[in-house]
Amino acid sequence: MPRSFVLPDLGEGLTEAEIVKVLVHEGDLVREDAPLLEVETDKATVEIPSPMGGRVAKIHVHVGQTVQVGQVLVSFGDGAAAPDAPTAPLADRLPAPGEGPVPAAPSTRRLARELGVDLRTVHGSGPGGRVTDEDVRAATSAPAAVQPAERAPSPVGRPLVRVGVEPPPLPTFEQWGPIERRPLSHLRRTIAERMTLAATLIPHVTHFDRADITDLDGLIRRNLEAGRARGVTLTLTSFILKATAQALGEHPHFNASLDPAAGELIVKRYVHLGVAVASERGLIVPVIRDVDTKPLLEVQRELGALAARVREGKATLDDLRGGTFTITNIGALGGTGAIPIINYPEVAILGVARGREEPVVRDGAIVPRLLLPLSLTFDHRVADGADGARFASAIVRRLEHPDELLLGF
Amino acid sequence: MVMGDLVREVDVAVIGGGPGGYSAAFRCAELGLETIVVDAGRRLGGACLFEGCIPSKALLHVAAVLSEVERAKEFGVDFGAPRVALEPLRTWKSERVVGKLARGLASVARGKSVEVVGGRAVFEDSRSLRVEGDEPQKIRFRHAVVATGSAPSPLPGLEQPSGRVMDSTAALEIPDIPARLLVIGGGYIGLELGQVYAALGSEVTMVEMLDGLLPGADRDLVQPLARRCERMFKAIRLSTRVSGLRDTGSAIEAHLGDDGAATFDRVLVAVGRRPQSGGLGLEATRARLGDRGFVEVDERGRTADPHIWAVGDVTGEPMLAHRAMRQGKVAAEAMAGRPAAFDNVAVPAVVFTDPEVAWCGLTEHGAAAAGRAVKIARFQWAASGRAATLGRSDGLTKLVVDPETGRVLGVGLVGPGAGELIAEGALAVETAMLAEDLALTIHAHPTLSETLMEAAETLLR
Repeated sequence: MPRSFVLPDLGEGLTEAEIVKVLVHEGDLVREDAPLLEVETDKATVEIPSPMGGRVAKIHVHVGQTVQVGQVLVSFGDGAAAPDAPTAPLADRLPAPGEGPVPAAPSTRRLARELGVDLRTVHGSGPGGRVTDEDVRAATSAPAAVQPAERAPSPVGRPLVRVGVEPPPLPTFEQWGPIERRPLSHLRRTIAERMTLAATLIPHVTHFDRADITDLDGLIRRNLEAGRARGVTLTLTSFILKATAQALGEHPHFNASLDPAAGELIVKRYVHLGVAVASERGLIVPVIRDVDTKPLLEVQRELGALAARVREGKATLDDLRGGTFTITNIGALGGTGAIPIINYPEVAILGVARGREEPVVRDGAIVPRLLLPLSLTFDHRVADGADGARFASAIVRRLEHPDELLLGF
Repeated sequence: MVMGDLVREVDVAVIGGGPGGYSAAFRCAELGLETIVVDAGRRLGGACLFEGCIPSKALLHVAAVLSEVERAKEFGVDFGAPRVALEPLRTWKSERVVGKLARGLASVARGKSVEVVGGRAVFEDSRSLRVEGDEPQKIRFRHAVVATGSAPSPLPGLEQPSGRVMDSTAALEIPDIPARLLVIGGGYIGLELGQVYAALGSEVTMVEMLDGLLPGADRDLVQPLARRCERMFKAIRLSTRVSGLRDTGSAIEAHLGDDGAATFDRVLVAVGRRPQSGGLGLEATRARLGDRGFVEVDERGRTADPHIWAVGDVTGEPMLAHRAMRQGKVAAEAMAGRPAAFDNVAVPAVVFTDPEVAWCGLTEHGAAAAGRAVKIARFQWAASGRAATLGRSDGLTKLVVDPETGRVLGVGLVGPGAGELIAEGALAVETAMLAEDLALTIHAHPTLSETLMEAAETLLR
């Protein structure tokens, strides 16, 4: 039986990639894990290793082609198959006379090819069982609904109602003055689609807080040299990562994904934190794994190495996927705060603005303190305002009391 | 490499300038691919324009005019006996018809910056070919499209003994109007050219190996054509083989079946066409040939070699220009990375005889052979007002319909204008229309197109 290898989920909400290099030929015998293709996503250029050993029967993609997650890249024949099994003649692949072709207009069949839908799997709602454009489009959104159905039915939950909004047509802007139409870049389009998905799907709610990091700042400054002697540069970010990881341990439903089709919350028993990094290639979110169990110095060291890989464009696919919660520093260019959009399918994101010295009343006196504005944006389907406030407080408490943070309290 | 050799680097090299080749080349150019066509005659149009569809239809138009003039006597108009002057006829066909269209294609190619190079292309490997002949050069390509078409098959077992034995290409030149013409082959080519020569004044004898004319078409569609041919031709010999052709110097002697020798002034061999897939150096690539020498391709037109594509007659039956054109566009779009596929359900077949025969999709005998249950709706043109005004009530319109859904699976037509009428049938089959859709669509009255509506209505009662 020929086996197909599809473009795997690339993480980070990436849905497509461009083929940069094809490293094998049809007929090649490849080992498991041997590099098959090199693809470029918005975030990185990565080699895709072969998931299996065997003979490459067919390469379905070519250099320069943009492929979708789930699209077949390479078919493997049987190990014993001839190096280049002949393409079956057209007539052999035509449907058997009894069944006939799927009834659909040529334009609908083209649409199905463009969307990667196998017409034979689509139920035709038109007259005489004719497959319509709408049937094909419905089939593309089916995986979200259909795949869970293929799993064992959930003993706990049942599907939530899906919602979707069709944008209304735009007015004719030319009636008010000259316009120019510019195509969206690949990156812009990807971000637009991901943000629309998250913003449309998730009811966002944001909780604001401020952490007094005067003591933490002092601790970092006192230990900068000692850290350098150990090869790391201490930064506030690693402390925020640790504080968040510990707070997630107390509030695990923020370390989760919602499965609306099953009606379940998927709580992750690992804490992999994404850190949004602005790079020349665009917004990239590398992931540091198991932040909750790693010592702070180790987190700091990984953060430094990861940031360097991202800047050099050498981040691997594994660097970019598997995150459970995202932290974004939105204060680098000024401002007093912002509300980021949740990194789907996570359920919350922590926005960190720029820390400023501000006058604070303490014990009846005004004293200068270093305050760090935070915004916690979360999925209101998963948590309520009080939960958010408590979770934010759990982060703030650790940032204000670095001793507790370091002791893991 | 010898001095003076030129190496061209292009995105797409198309071999053969026929309908498949130029359609692929034009579409490639539209999609931004630098494209070059290598054609033996350094021209676009191929067999279709220069030795097939177009010149034969020009001559069939002449035959139709001659038939109409004859028929006009029925309603009291007599033009007298027609005189045919061959030289002006040949000039009209070659210059005003073929030449005009060829110049048009050349102009389209210039407009799309598609260069046409003269010579024979031979693959050196999967990425390069050399051009032999007038403009020798080497071309490196990202993709190559084999669109070398087909050529008339010779009569098996009989070498062509003399200039009196013509293939369809030679017959279209009308070297003369032979008094006695033997046509070997009762397929569409033999029928079309047989009728041309009969209208011009030849006494035509047609020989077909099988037991009916136009194998592949439903018998009820062939019958009106067969009756017409029986009147136009001197004789039609079915289930008959030709054994032995001998040039006596002044004529050709032929043995038809078990009969003794019969004498003819010319012989037209029209026993089919074969793919021109040899001598291309395809062995140097990973493309493969299948049965009968056809290049094997997938639904996009790609061969087993990822850089080599093929379209048109060289890829198999049906060997029709319009199939090749669609294949060419599909291959071009696939090369440009678009998700195209040749998934067409209906490839209309048209025989441009008098009367015309046309069909598309599932035929009645095809359904029977496959054991598929179908409903048949027939409408005889004897009940058509338009057919009556044309004095042609011998036509038939037929729908092959899925009995459960009422979907139109196939359409067959015989009668004048069937070749144009089949377009509605192809649309219905390709878009999976129901017979009801045809019945409920207003068709202009009085036209022959009403017969499609009328046939569909018989299913609704």
